[in-house]
Amino acid sequence: MSLKRRKFIKVSSAFLASSVVAGSAGWQLIPGTEALAHHPAEKVVPTFCELCFWRCGVDAHVRDGKVYKITGQENHPLSNGRLCPRGTGGHGLLYDPDRLKHPLIRETIDGEQRFRKASWEEALTLIADKYAEITEKYGTESTVMFSHGFGASFFKKLFKAYGIHNFTHPSYAQCRGPRLEAFKLTYGHGVGSPEGLDVKNSKYLVLIGTHLGENMHNTAVQDFADAVSAGCRITVVDPRFSVAAGKAERWLPIKAGTDLALLRAWINVILKEELYDKKFVTENTIGLEELREGVVEATPERTAAYTGIAAEDIVAVARDLGRYKNNALVHPGRHVTWYGDDTQRSRAIAILNALLGNYQMPGGLITQKKYGVPGVKYPVKKAERKLHSKFPLAHSVPSNEVVEQTISGDPWPIKNWFVYGTNLIHSLGEQSKTLEAIQNLDFMVAVDVLPMEITGYADVILPESTYLERYDDLDDRTYRVPYVGIRQPVVPPMYDSKPGHEIAKMLAEKMGLPNLFPDDIETYLDKRLQKIGSSLEELKVKGLLKKPESEIYRRPGKHLKFKTPSGKIELVSNKLRDLGFDAVPQFTQHPENPPGYFRLLFGRAPMHTFGRTSNNRFLGELMPENELWVNEISGRDMKLKHGEYVYLVNQDGAKSKTPIKIRLTQRIRPDAVYMVHGFGHTHPWLKQAGGRGASDADLVTHQSIDPIMGGTGMNNNFVTFTRKA
Amino acid sequence: MARERKYAMIIDTKRCVGCSACVYACKSENDVPEGYCRDWIVQRVEGTFPNLKMLNRSERCQHCEEAPCVTNCPTGASYYPGDGTVQIERNLCTGCKACIAACPYDARYIHPDGYADKCSFCQHRLKDGLKPACVTVCPTKTLHLVDLNSNDGEAERLMEGRTVTQDKVHAGTKPKLYWLA
Ligand code: SF4
Ligand code: SF4
Ligand code: SF4
Repeated sequence: MSLKRRKFIKVSSAFLASSVVAGSAGWQLIPGTEALAHHPAEKVVPTFCELCFWRCGVDAHVRDGKVYKITGQENHPLSNGRLCPRGTGGHGLLYDPDRLKHPLIRETIDGEQRFRKASWEEALTLIADKYAEITEKYGTESTVMFSHGFGASFFKKLFKAYGIHNFTHPSYAQCRGPRLEAFKLTYGHGVGSPEGLDVKNSKYLVLIGTHLGENMHNTAVQDFADAVSAGCRITVVDPRFSVAAGKAERWLPIKAGTDLALLRAWINVILKEELYDKKFVTENTIGLEELREGVVEATPERTAAYTGIAAEDIVAVARDLGRYKNNALVHPGRHVTWYGDDTQRSRAIAILNALLGNYQMPGGLITQKKYGVPGVKYPVKKAERKLHSKFPLAHSVPSNEVVEQTISGDPWPIKNWFVYGTNLIHSLGEQSKTLEAIQNLDFMVAVDVLPMEITGYADVILPESTYLERYDDLDDRTYRVPYVGIRQPVVPPMYDSKPGHEIAKMLAEKMGLPNLFPDDIETYLDKRLQKIGSSLEELKVKGLLKKPESEIYRRPGKHLKFKTPSGKIELVSNKLRDLGFDAVPQFTQHPENPPGYFRLLFGRAPMHTFGRTSNNRFLGELMPENELWVNEISGRDMKLKHGEYVYLVNQDGAKSKTPIKIRLTQRIRPDAVYMVHGFGHTHPWLKQAGGRGASDADLVTHQSIDPIMGGTGMNNNFVTFTRKA
Repeated sequence: MARERKYAMIIDTKRCVGCSACVYACKSENDVPEGYCRDWIVQRVEGTFPNLKMLNRSERCQHCEEAPCVTNCPTGASYYPGDGTVQIERNLCTGCKACIAACPYDARYIHPDGYADKCSFCQHRLKDGLKPACVTVCPTKTLHLVDLNSNDGEAERLMEGRTVTQDKVHAGTKPKLYWLA
């Protein structure tokens, strides 16, 4: 074997070429071998991670007043002492030199716009005045809060007390909304986050479009590795040979956009060959016969023509699923807004799992209860109106609908955005619309840690402290074990940044709600913890409290009740039928790539959480830019060279703002290209991420909207290449 | 005196997802400067679409029993401390790079401060009864530090029923990284 360390070194030397190397201390100053590492931590502070939403418990190690190392909390159900690379490099965010350092206010001097440094007093007064003015003119219904992340909670409380009830999260319609609605329709509840999936005990696992391992949610990957070692048989359905595919006994390189056809074929075979869990299905579901009729056309042969997967492979997987039944799992995935039929696609997954009878069984779908720390009641002021989605089953207002309404002013004007921790420019797709909407605003506030693109459009930017510098609300959750975790400051806030709770409290005072947050954060947390017989003092030391492992499997003979209209698992959804949708998921074909164009797919890498980490210098060293994966043969046809940089142009003529490096590989179908989302930043203040790689967001000009819940299918875009800047 | 140890690492490639948490954990544990690393990931793919195979490996110094880096070090900076590892005494190292030329595994680099550096199996942690940083962080429990002189049976348990390989055995270095396929 000729295995070389090129991969990492190449990456790091490329990185070095354009970065400043810190001055060295001179080797004679170093007293002896390993002397530096012997220098112990002066304190180790338990808290929880925010490099992604998984929220693993971490121990932050401090030396000379600086966080120098982050490790996994031994006891934490989400870490088990271990971390993903992002969590390990989390202090790269804390010490990011490009952080937002003080409040900024947009001003125009001689027709030229710029940001100027402001005090918190000035910035918050301005916000309060503007809110009063806008409310006076248009009512509170003209203000919308966009948010992503745990820290948003105090702002939500503030807004509700002020009479603003418009909240939207790109994580819904741009990510996992379809899965939520599909599972609600079928089981009466969602899959949860972290997902209630007993992957580690699965005997047979189908990953369809889910790239566990590259999608690096710590415990999900821990469980996956355990399943691999335990001999779980794995089938991976993905147009790309993912890391997970590398561990599977079967990789089915499906033609992108045809998952639903494949899922229907599996249902067809499982029903035709009577492979489903008869007892479970009879007792707990409705609609079996109608389901049978609804998938009659989905024969393996016909499906092979749509999907490019051989009929015998389709049958073989269906039989395996049927063989392992209760201990088999078709993974519901997470980010599933791809083609506009995503709720139905997720419905098919939900139905398949129901047929297997894996509900609350080892290796199947499990349900988990939170720890349950009583909350604190806050006053709520009613609004005249609040946003409702035009989509019948959207339980949250899709962010893109807010964009539309901001543009149209119909049925009422939206004039004010509050954007917390979400870079709408990259996360919503159809950038031109987002930008147009922004032009219609009277006011926009952005709260962030870094100068993400969206902040460049704000009137006021508020620099929040990172998760290592602040308290947040308690994390009341479960992963097999119910627990409550604490986030606490490891080091004091750097620069003139402030924690979200403090910003919200100060803003409440300015907005005429001086008593909304009567306590400081420590008193608040302590009071909550007293209610479960603990205290802030205890949590600060321990980091978390756990309950014993909750019972996650159902006992034989247990009577199940589901929060669906029928009280059963709905294989056939009358609710969907009544609304004019297919009661049994049906497949329709999606547009094909025009000649010379490739379907643009995107996903994740383990070292990054999309754009949130691409400026992190520690993680940037592990992966400084994204690359465009192109099948070697297609690439040769297109005269592309491995390693060269090209711009991408899509079917509508939209071009990537930055070039991307070509990676010719056998690991992808010839009709699709792939990149990791989160690169191609253009904000001049993002010195590390700026100009590295390309952004798929530049190229998602077409969105296929899910008619059921408004999800924005982003994968019906096609790109070709140009070397011209 | 405590019995002599013989540290080795057993790496279960079946579990590894190539995430590189081990790379960064090592860097922060050992103050490895920007642009360098003591451990690294190799991802190797074989075959042509759609018949592909993949291997992910987290690589580092092999702590050879017959280490050419030690033999070729003119100053004695590279040495065997007697616990099965190979270490570097920075004060003795002149940065001559003889060890880098001699190492068949490309495991060493010259630290910007002028001395040779490489994986130490986190010797300072072993002394405190801790596992190396990479072993501790790895979310998939791919990495196992074992003591081949111990009779705790851990190495045997990990290797049981598995295909075990070593790198460049022909070089005669007696490497101590064991790969489980
Ligand atoms: S999965 Fe990684 S980034 Fe996400 S919370 Fe855990 S350690 Fe942090
Ligand atoms: S941390 Fe573990 S899974 Fe990740 S690359 Fe290293 S050895 Fe592999
Ligand atoms: S791998 Fe290289 S550096 Fe490590 S002991 Fe062997 S020869 Fe020396």
